Amino acid sequence: MSDRKLIDLVDITKQYGDSVVLDDLNLYIRENEFLTLLGPSGCGKTTTLRIIGGFETPDKGKVIFDGKDITRLAPNERQLNTVFQKYALFTHMTITENIAFGLKIKKKSKQYIKDKIDYALKLVNLDGFGNRMPDSLSGGQQQRIAIARAIVNEPKVLLLDEPLGALDLKMRQDMQYELIRLKNELGITFVYVTHDQEEALTMSDTIVVMNQGYIQQVGTPEMIYNEPKNAFVADFIGESNIISATMVEDKLVNILGANFVCVDTGFGRNQPVDVVIRPEDIDLVKPEDGIIKGRVTSLIFKGVHYEMEVMANGREWLVHSTDLSPVGSEVGIRVDPFDIQIMNRPESEDEEVVTIDEP
Amino acid sequence: MSRDKKVEKKLKEELQGKKKRNNALLASPYIIWMAIFIIVPLFMIAYYGLTDKENGSFTLANIKLILDPVNLKALWLSIRLSVISTLICLLLAYPIAMILRSLNMKRSSFIVFIFILPMWMNFLLRTIAWQNILERNGILNTILSFLHLPTLNIINTSAAIILGMVYNYLPFMILPIYNVLIKIDNNVINAARDLGANGLQTLLKITLPLSLPGVISGITMVFVPSLTTFVISNILGGNKVVLIGNVIEQQFKVVNNRNAGAGLSLVLMVFVLASMALLSKYDKEAEGKSIW
Repeated sequence: MSDRKLIDLVDITKQYGDSVVLDDLNLYIRENEFLTLLGPSGCGKTTTLRIIGGFETPDKGKVIFDGKDITRLAPNERQLNTVFQKYALFTHMTITENIAFGLKIKKKSKQYIKDKIDYALKLVNLDGFGNRMPDSLSGGQQQRIAIARAIVNEPKVLLLDEPLGALDLKMRQDMQYELIRLKNELGITFVYVTHDQEEALTMSDTIVVMNQGYIQQVGTPEMIYNEPKNAFVADFIGESNIISATMVEDKLVNILGANFVCVDTGFGRNQPVDVVIRPEDIDLVKPEDGIIKGRVTSLIFKGVHYEMEVMANGREWLVHSTDLSPVGSEVGIRVDPFDIQIMNRPESEDEEVVTIDEP
Repeated sequence: MSRDKKVEKKLKEELQGKKKRNNALLASPYIIWMAIFIIVPLFMIAYYGLTDKENGSFTLANIKLILDPVNLKALWLSIRLSVISTLICLLLAYPIAMILRSLNMKRSSFIVFIFILPMWMNFLLRTIAWQNILERNGILNTILSFLHLPTLNIINTSAAIILGMVYNYLPFMILPIYNVLIKIDNNVINAARDLGANGLQTLLKITLPLSLPGVISGITMVFVPSLTTFVISNILGGNKVVLIGNVIEQQFKVVNNRNAGAGLSLVLMVFVLASMALLSKYDKEAEGKSIW
């Protein structure tokens, strides 16, 4: 990944009727970056992708691609290609004809097209499928053909709109590795849209978390997971305990009446804050060793770990642990200082969704 | 095979047999309907068409009637007029269906409703209305002369019949094309654009081929009734334009020779079947393939 900006979205606003889908969105995408737009449905992630692809025109704002304004350019005039949700293959053409479509439009030579098709089919591990019809392929195979069809055109950017959404779990996981391999082999920029946080964490260089038309946080997967900027991000990425608390002083926070040591500074004395603690970061210890005491109220075996709920200081705490504490047993709760993530509490509804520029 | 398995297999077979019998029972009303209203009349036409009027012996004379120059001329005119009407319907219907597709559901279903609305009125009534409009002293010419424009005399010409066919059968072209077009995923169109195709290339290489099944069934649904009509040519053609449908009608109702009428019907049926066979060749995945 280089530091050169390839795509720059400037003050993008998009409305459908009365509902604002994107409000003054600013975002840049770097060359060779794997950037994921992540959020719940209706958050504006697909609209953002469609604006980059040219299938939607923003009401306000500009799309800069490689230094040039392409806001009003038709999709066929842009140097990028899209892999659509549910594949969108041309069902009346063979696999070869599907892949050749873009190259034939650009009037490439027969030999060039043939070489490209061979190369692309090998790249997506579907050698020898050229004469089949799309309907005779499985979902995963169709998706790989859709990718092959896009990349033979040598786009600078590949846009992927929930490409794995229609696949089953196992296939989805395989395709994630496939996509990472493809990106490394091709050395191009991927812009990926998904609502699946696991997909985003696995594949991305950069994750953009969106909600209700606003960017909530931009950062590496580790940053997004470990240091969520607000309650929405913390809640959307993985499971978490989000608790109202008060900052006593620097590096000390009062959670439900008990003081916890943390690593955050600069919040000011007695400032109300939100605290995020990941369930796997809570240690269950002997009652007398804990910072607070509680009682286990439920226990579920999840395979990798046990999921427990602990009632302590008037609240259910979600805990993931490989060690079992039976229901009804008394336990102590401890959290390491660096596992406590402090966030400013929004003072009004409006503030809950804020635009945050890329770090 | 163990005994248990044998019993199991037998039970399974029995169950399946029962299922099959049940299915046959459920289908029986349709089969009876087909027999009474489709198979029997077909055999009757074939019987009359291939027998002599006087003594009921086998003859090809009724079929050979088509070689009579008057009948041949009528058949040729029928084919010409129905091909022209079908083409006009296609050229009108495809853009309309494309526009309907691009509208949102609420508005497009309203417009589809508008197109279907005239079909709720009696077919004869609609055609007679056109007669009143196109007559020498009809509504159209009254308006034209009021505006001091030259009057049109298209009643009792082929043009009037084509107009009548297009007016009556246009919805049968629009609906199947529209039905196929709305099933095309928007992203398939977007994908073509994304891969560099402009609007025209997308239409020719993606939309048109994908909508072919609808076009084919539209053509069938306009061409066949146009080819066999006698009502439209009666009302809008006077006695001046004689189509093969009129010839057959006269054999039954005026000449009172049902053998001759049936013979000519058989010939016409061959043309209809031939045209459909030709179309189905271009339409391997057509929705109407059950016909073949």
